[in-house]
Amino acid sequence: MALFKSNPNDEFYTPYTVWNALTKGNWKTRLSALIMGFGQLAGHRFIKGLMYLGVEILYIYYMITTGIGQIAGLPGLGEAEQGKVWNEALGVYEYTAGDNSVKILLFGIVALFVTAGFIVVWRANMKGAYKAQVMQEKGKPLPTFRQDVAKLFDTDIQKTLLTLPVLGILIFTILPLVFMISMAFTNYSKIGQHLVLFDWVGLKNFGEVLNFGSDIGSQFWSVLGWTLVWAFFATFLNYIFGMILALVINRKGTKGKAFWRFCFVLSIAVPQFVSLMVLRSVLQPQGAVNVILQNLGWIDQSLPFFTNATWARVTVIIINLWVGIPYTLLDLTGILQNIPGELYESARIDGASTVTTFFKITLPYMLFVTAPNLIVTFTNNINNFNVIYLLSEGNPTPVGHTAGKTDLLVTWLYKLTIDRQEYNIGAVIGILTFVVLAIVSLVTYRSTGSYKNEEGFM
Amino acid sequence: MNATVKKRVSNALVYVCLSVLAIVWVFPIVWVVLYSFSAQKGSYISTILPKAWTISNYTKLFTDTSILNFPRMFTNTLIIAICSCLLSVFFTISVAYCMSRLRFKLRKPFMNIAMILGLFPGFMAMVAVYFILQSFGLTEGSMIKVALSLVYSAGAGVKFYVAKGFFDTMPKALDEAAEIDGCTKWQIFTKITMPLSKPIIISTTLQAFMAPWIDFIFAKVICRANASEYTVAIGMWQMLDKTYINDWYMRFLAAAVLISIPIAIIFIYMQKFYADGMGGAVKG
Repeated sequence: MALFKSNPNDEFYTPYTVWNALTKGNWKTRLSALIMGFGQLAGHRFIKGLMYLGVEILYIYYMITTGIGQIAGLPGLGEAEQGKVWNEALGVYEYTAGDNSVKILLFGIVALFVTAGFIVVWRANMKGAYKAQVMQEKGKPLPTFRQDVAKLFDTDIQKTLLTLPVLGILIFTILPLVFMISMAFTNYSKIGQHLVLFDWVGLKNFGEVLNFGSDIGSQFWSVLGWTLVWAFFATFLNYIFGMILALVINRKGTKGKAFWRFCFVLSIAVPQFVSLMVLRSVLQPQGAVNVILQNLGWIDQSLPFFTNATWARVTVIIINLWVGIPYTLLDLTGILQNIPGELYESARIDGASTVTTFFKITLPYMLFVTAPNLIVTFTNNINNFNVIYLLSEGNPTPVGHTAGKTDLLVTWLYKLTIDRQEYNIGAVIGILTFVVLAIVSLVTYRSTGSYKNEEGFM
Repeated sequence: MNATVKKRVSNALVYVCLSVLAIVWVFPIVWVVLYSFSAQKGSYISTILPKAWTISNYTKLFTDTSILNFPRMFTNTLIIAICSCLLSVFFTISVAYCMSRLRFKLRKPFMNIAMILGLFPGFMAMVAVYFILQSFGLTEGSMIKVALSLVYSAGAGVKFYVAKGFFDTMPKALDEAAEIDGCTKWQIFTKITMPLSKPIIISTTLQAFMAPWIDFIFAKVICRANASEYTVAIGMWQMLDKTYINDWYMRFLAAAVLISIPIAIIFIYMQKFYADGMGGAVKG
């Protein structure tokens, strides 16, 4: 009942809740539960009252004309197949419209969202009516409509500022996500011709994907394994080599620091998709690298950059180093310059070698400062679509498989949904990716200082 | 004496290593620029440097528009970038401001939900977004531009963390002083917070502006076969397609150079503001 009550110990405690309105309100307030805006109208606040009433009428109209039918379609997801009827007069087959499960599912979910939105408005209506009642009983004047609007630009400013962004998130992020998640429990797939009509199948897809023995299952576990290996190498090799480079450039003896940094940072300024597509094209069997090496007589056959599984995996990791090290360099340079000089000073006096200094001072300090960042990089690498898709497209792909040897969970998900239209399996993989990411980051994210102590600087 | 020799040797070693690495990093970029002026045809490249030079790769990109219309892709992307960047800056900044400077009941829940949403692969729901846009009638003809602008900006509200971090560093005393002087929250937002937030607004703007130029997945799913609505990224992907690569490879390189120049300028400009933005609003 947390939705309708308020905890007195809460920072944002308010006596104006739906629960209080229904239990302690007078008949006008209680009638507002049925006729929205009644409390407001009875208190001579016509604009507000009519707005609530208008919302209720619109909602009822929507539910009667379309909404109820759409929600009712959800359990069955449509039955009627597209039919063919022979039209004697014209001498052609005429098609009768069948049910489209995608539309039924989507609009059913939309109707549920609209209903949830209506409940939010209904709550505001009840609270407002009760608040008006209490204020009238205390003999206080009720705020006018004009004052209510003014409040939207003062103490209630978050309502004004957040409405549009939240609508955007609801329509283009949460609604599609709910839609996709529900697909994971259907047989919506090209396999078995379920692209128009499909049904709920429960957890069957999850069973199939997680099962070592099945075709999809064995691919899933190998893709998951490679995804984790990739994320590990992509993150830590970048970090270590980036740090070494930053150290070398920033050491005392090196001259022309700005010039060296510029050389490496230049590659960031080129859009990633451009540099990745160029590298992909020059590493093809007939691409520039192979042809030039052959002409020089260094190799006889083209190097199998993207055609041999091991070569492809090493290639994408190395190219990712090329892409990623400049970013690490950029991030770490600032931190390196902040390491207290006294630490090095005392280490030097104690006779520590450069290597010892690095492992005993530099590395622990950097890890301490950049640990949260490292976790973010790791999760980003699990989702690193661009590097894999634009370089190798997940290839090489064994015959009969849908996942290639360099496919990550995300690129496999993309192939399954966009190319192969196996939406249900794609959705399952999306959910499992989420689970992996959630496990990695949730715990660590909550333990970072910026989450725990966000007002530290205020 | 021994120490100075040792120092010189190690310095020399460092310079050799750095030079080799710098070449590895700079060479591909130089190579692309050089070959974009190559008079050769096709993707079969057999020498490190081009044998003959021309600028026709660049001119043809703008004159030969029968198959792949590069100027059109460029304007498409520009329009989408401007629209989506305006929307997403508004979304990001207002959410960040609310999360940082205001205290209200749904604040923590909102932040937690935003964090959870961030963990789902971004394009997992792409197909669903396509169906939603379709039911709004935004997936045909020039409405695709509207659809793409929405796709790039609508979710911007969840990417508020960097901007929030910036607002967090602004002393609360500023707001309190203004409140005592009788400012409404709206006035505080527009007259005090915004003018102090120039670095973070600019860096958010530029980031949002760059997204449509470098995004590939969303544009591909939403444009499908509508070649007239292609953005630069899909157009360039097409140039490397087996059917086009022979005629288009050098032009692809030329297009890569052309796209990189404005993005590089924006990036270098943004670096400055990004550093300032990370450094906090009010110094000292």
